[in-house]
Amino acid sequence: MNIGIRDLFLISPELSVIVLAIIVVSLDLAVRRKGVVIAVAVIGLLVPMVAGVSVWSDIRTTGADTAFNGALVVDEFALYFKFLTVTVLALLFLSSSEYASRFHPFQAEFYGLLLLSSAGLMLLPAAGDLITVYISLELASLPVIALAAYNKTRLKSLEAGLKYLMLSAVSSAVLLYGFAFLYGATGTLQLVSFDPAIPAIGQMLMNGESSIPFGGVAVMVGVVLVVAGFGFKLSIVPFQMWTPDVYEGAPTPVAAYLAVASKAAAFAVVLRVFYTGLDPVASDWSLLFAVLAAITMTVGNVIAIAQTNVKRLLGYSAIAQAGYLLMGVAAYVGSGPDPELGIEAVLFYLAGYAAMNMTAFFVVMAVTNRTGDETIDGLAGMGRRAPLLAALLGLALLSLTGIPPTVGFIGKLFLFNAAINADMLWLAVIGLLNSVLSAYYYLSVVRVMYLRESDNPIRITLPLYAWAALAVTSCAILVLGLWPGGLLEVARQAALNLV
Amino acid sequence: MILELAHFQILAAALFCLGLYGVLARRSAVMVLMAVELMLNAVNINLVAFSAFRDISIVTGQVIAIFVITVAAAEIGLALAVIMRLYRRRGTVNVDEIDWMKG
Repeated sequence: MNIGIRDLFLISPELSVIVLAIIVVSLDLAVRRKGVVIAVAVIGLLVPMVAGVSVWSDIRTTGADTAFNGALVVDEFALYFKFLTVTVLALLFLSSSEYASRFHPFQAEFYGLLLLSSAGLMLLPAAGDLITVYISLELASLPVIALAAYNKTRLKSLEAGLKYLMLSAVSSAVLLYGFAFLYGATGTLQLVSFDPAIPAIGQMLMNGESSIPFGGVAVMVGVVLVVAGFGFKLSIVPFQMWTPDVYEGAPTPVAAYLAVASKAAAFAVVLRVFYTGLDPVASDWSLLFAVLAAITMTVGNVIAIAQTNVKRLLGYSAIAQAGYLLMGVAAYVGSGPDPELGIEAVLFYLAGYAAMNMTAFFVVMAVTNRTGDETIDGLAGMGRRAPLLAALLGLALLSLTGIPPTVGFIGKLFLFNAAINADMLWLAVIGLLNSVLSAYYYLSVVRVMYLRESDNPIRITLPLYAWAALAVTSCAILVLGLWPGGLLEVARQAALNLV
Repeated sequence: MILELAHFQILAAALFCLGLYGVLARRSAVMVLMAVELMLNAVNINLVAFSAFRDISIVTGQVIAIFVITVAAAEIGLALAVIMRLYRRRGTVNVDEIDWMKG
């Protein structure tokens, strides 16, 4: 095995994020002013952006490439998520600098851990074999455990850290057990080698040659365990219990990071593993995912109605949204017409979801940081006290409901379309009914903001850079909702790498 | 009796189930962590056995087992830090009592 310059070039976006994390943490020792450290972290994120663009222009001419003997696949699908992660991270840094001042004097480590975790998230969609999946998953989730418990004077934060830790450890073990069975059955860990290996097992079983121990059963058990293991990361029912607790207890920027960046990468790796590795048994897992999608969105939406804490509400909303996204994963058509529709819809919706969820989290972060009140009732009178913030939160919630002309509407339309294309009309109908159901709790927040008066005189102001982050995310909601064409074409090109 | 692959599989499955039971039934956070270790070691046995019985000269399974051991060590380090912090604040590591969020 030899590692060349080419391999290092292909992972230069991740490498530069890791180097930036080290720079940020060590700069903190030398510089007294925290503002400088944050500025370096934000501006430094331009480096992985530029590296990503140069890798992208390279593979546009030479085609998708692999690094480290196939351990990493660098194609447009992987790059789509690298850009998404870096953008989310930059906006998160801008909006959370005020919130993070409560961690004084440990702000730099907060940003450093976020950077390290996002390096894992950037590697995940590029994973070419199961070892890489496992290592990057752990690289992404170990820093998040520390981040969830970062507010160490607050008991809820420690509880969130402990819960995330326990569930991520158990889910990793389940996932690995599944990997072990897949490895035992196929004799390989490379995703691309699964395709010939799994049908070969089926052939051998039909001929009555039992040279492979537990052949067919091992694949089946492996797939079920892998779905369960990933289920925790995607927060789909019945593996969703940790989500609301962690969202409520963790510092708000960390909850936003989990809801947006971490979820996007988890969906990316699920698409990669199931569409390139396990597509010979697609008829089994696509039905499994379809049923889980229907249950997930229903459970998420129904429980969300009863919530009184805004962050918890967003936690249940994230579960319901995971259900919608899972529809796109389930919409596998194989060699049927438009096989890329499902993946394309997931990729597009993930970008739109990042925009709307970040807007919601940023406003909630700004408000709760000032008032210290995380209940929905605490938002009363926002329409008068902070008209612009109230309008932006309203826009984000309308988009999460799926009302035109926002990106949430277009994105859901594509997801339903993908489900119908895969002959799953029932799933699209359940999704539609769920959208109606979700309007109840999303719009009741809007009602509290505008129609309920409050004697709370606190006015909410924000620093300029936080406004800049909010401007980007809220414009993205409208721009992607009105002109989805450009991003959709990028998503389609990325999706074609997997089919 | 000759040890076959199936014996290792049964051992691993038993260990994994034991670990899963421990995670669900144990109340002390430290014991839950030990149960998780049991699950990970079951996976390791599985991986090494599959690898050894398939082709002794290709060590992919052993390599991933080493990765798993390394990452598990890092995970435990972090876990104990969080549990220590909780213990200092509350004087308990009972997972039933560490539950301040409802809904």
